[in-house]
Amino acid sequence: MSASIQSISLSGSKKQVSNKEMTFLERLYLIAIVKGLWITIKHFFRKKATIHYPEQTREFSPVYRGQHMLKRDELGRENCTACGLCALSCPAEAITMKAAERKKGEEMLYREEKYAEIYEINMLRCIFCGLCEEACPKDAIYLTISKELVPAQYNREDFIFGKDKLVMPLEMAMKNAQLKNAN
Amino acid sequence: MDSAFIIEKSVFIVTIFAITMVMAMYSTWAERKVAAFLQDRVGPNRAGWGGLLQPLADGMKLFAKEEFEPNTPNKFLFFVGPAIAMSTALMTSAVIPWGDKLHIFGRDVVLQATDIDGSLLYIFAIVSIGVYGIMIGGWASNNKFSLMGAVRAASQMVSYEVAMGLSVIALIMMTGTLSLKEICVQQSGFHWNVFYQPVGFLIFLICAFAETNRTPFDLAECESELIGGYHTEYSSMKMGFYLFAEYANMFISSTIIAVLYFGGYNYPGMHWMVENVGVNTANILGIGVLFAKICFFIFFYMWVRWTIPRFRYDQLMNLGWKILIPLSILNIIITGICILAFK
Repeated sequence: MSASIQSISLSGSKKQVSNKEMTFLERLYLIAIVKGLWITIKHFFRKKATIHYPEQTREFSPVYRGQHMLKRDELGRENCTACGLCALSCPAEAITMKAAERKKGEEMLYREEKYAEIYEINMLRCIFCGLCEEACPKDAIYLTISKELVPAQYNREDFIFGKDKLVMPLEMAMKNAQLKNAN
Repeated sequence: MDSAFIIEKSVFIVTIFAITMVMAMYSTWAERKVAAFLQDRVGPNRAGWGGLLQPLADGMKLFAKEEFEPNTPNKFLFFVGPAIAMSTALMTSAVIPWGDKLHIFGRDVVLQATDIDGSLLYIFAIVSIGVYGIMIGGWASNNKFSLMGAVRAASQMVSYEVAMGLSVIALIMMTGTLSLKEICVQQSGFHWNVFYQPVGFLIFLICAFAETNRTPFDLAECESELIGGYHTEYSSMKMGFYLFAEYANMFISSTIIAVLYFGGYNYPGMHWMVENVGVNTANILGIGVLFAKICFFIFFYMWVRWTIPRFRYDQLMNLGWKILIPLSILNIIITGICILAFK
């Protein structure tokens, strides 16, 4: 027997609408209101979903793209050679840099003979796409390591992050080196 | 009239004024906290412990805001509107019995600013004036949304005041007095009026929601339709006055509900306390009990706000004129029959 068009449910979730008259008790609405009050008061005592940022932070996924970090190698030397590929690849044109030549006695600071004297990212322009990370031939810039959000500021100028905020802290590089040696 | 009496009353009035203000202030905090908790959030918690300094921060913000005036021919009325709203909200507390009496410095201090015979009528009179604040403000704003809000508020108040008055008439038939103090005394020993007048209480409660412009009857300032209703054009502390008046009204109407139907400052075993522990302890406990009842009703207002959506305008009028008024008249008749039958 073929079903009539009225009884077919293509989505499988068809419901028959009922237009039956409400009874007197239903029309009073008071019972419904009491039920509603019961539901809301249950929520009053429920555990709250709020995460108290900045005291607490949500756990980031391993590939979360947050604030950029300019990496150091195991000896604590900066990886960046100021080749400019990150700036070139950046669709938002957020990155600028100025290259400089490594002097004698700075071998422990910079890995290559050329390094970035100034390296700035405008966090208001940045769209956190990660293309700089992909373009980098020297493994120098990463968005996934810092596990930090770019914090709010009061002035636009404060959103231009220089090397002081971007370069990986030395302690972190030392810790990485220790971990590598232990393995 | 001796000077001690005048000092006593002045101190008492200033205290009541301060308490009303503080309660209104912290109602705004409580509103936000309760709203947050009912929605699984935590609410304001940065200013002070648990956000307790939030009302001060809000007040400071309102004081520091730019005072904007719309281009209206009614500059004076624009100024008078919030003033009326605020002063009427504060005037009702004069006749409310906050407790029985205290015994201080060999004097019996009655815990009521003034015990006039028709205190219930006084409250009704003042509450009806309250709508003028909203109406004048909305009219003087020279803005169609404000005017709509004001018109709605006025029609709503007029409709629900009838039902409210009728529900109180049934209560007055039972108590035989208009004095709030007397009504309180009659309810001592757990003879709360709510047990004898449940329907009357329900009508009164619904009308109180409408009178204070609270959800589900907040048509006068519904944000989704009228921007802000009657206070759309208000800014700075004038706006603050309107909001403050609303919360003060909420406090006062909670108090009236507690006094009329829930025994006011009475609690079970009060007589025993007066005889065995002392007048002062018993009555201070009584004041505490009254405030506990008030706080519960303020909480109830907020609880309902986050449970029931707003009524449509025709539903509001239907409920007021076709259901509540006939019901309250029926309540009066039944009360009359019961009085005849049992007394």
